[in-house]
Amino acid sequence: MHNDWTAFTPWSAAIGGVIIGVAAALLVLVNGRIAGISGIVGGLLRPAPGDVAWRLAFVAGLVAAPMGYAIIAALPPVVIEASYPTLIVAGLLVGIGTRYGAGCTSGHGVCGVSRLSPRSIVATLSFMAAGFVTVFVVRHILGI
Amino acid sequence: MYACGAFLAGLVFGVGLLVSGMVNPAKVLGFLDLAGPWDPSLALVMAGAVAVGAVAFAFAGRRAATLLGAPLSLPKAGRIDGRLVLGSLAFGVGWGLAGFCPGPALVALGAAKVKALAFVAAMLAGMLIFEVAERARANGSDARQTGSSA
Repeated sequence: MHNDWTAFTPWSAAIGGVIIGVAAALLVLVNGRIAGISGIVGGLLRPAPGDVAWRLAFVAGLVAAPMGYAIIAALPPVVIEASYPTLIVAGLLVGIGTRYGAGCTSGHGVCGVSRLSPRSIVATLSFMAAGFVTVFVVRHILGI
Repeated sequence: MYACGAFLAGLVFGVGLLVSGMVNPAKVLGFLDLAGPWDPSLALVMAGAVAVGAVAFAFAGRRAATLLGAPLSLPKAGRIDGRLVLGSLAFGVGWGLAGFCPGPALVALGAAKVKALAFVAAMLAGMLIFEVAERARANGSDARQTGSSA
């Protein structure tokens, strides 16, 4: 293992993380909700009265973020190397997996770990391990 | 009012994802590639987010309601079971294949990336498969209960 120090961006990563934490704090202190993206989106597929507007508003905020960002600065690069078939398979796995696993990087990885939830810590270790193994297999065994 | 709060939270969350580099799948895969030229940046995203989150959730956990008086809807401690672990493993495989998790994919969609649209459409289809399977399972257990009581 060797580190890629040219790609290492500690300040923007840490500051971005703090901003994400502020957003999660805002949602729990105003709406009383966990900022778990997969749960917020998944809940829209099981609509309950009085439970739809805030979910739609949160997703709209996420989608509007690049427009808001672009007012202040040029958007950072978004490089999507995966092919369309890979993106479809990956999307299906992420959709099904986050719903059975009851959370993703935000709900388990940020909010759950912040709350020291044992369930979220197990989930986070599971998806991170699967992510590491998948990239190892794809890049270093299959050589794609 | 609550929708405004949620919109603002989503907007700030999305800006945080953009600033951190999480929206860029190439950067995410650089973090997940331990055996390659490893880029440890994203560990700091989580550290920064958890540092703020831990304070916020500790504060929220001592309150009965939110600052605006809404009920706090925090998950109860649940079981660590096969669903949790297998679901999370499946999610991790998808994350490692594309470099996208749900939040960044939605932000990339807002940045007009057509490939993000394909990922988000498949993700919604996956979530719908879960809903259909869960409803079928609930109906099945209802039918079994009715059968045993008859």
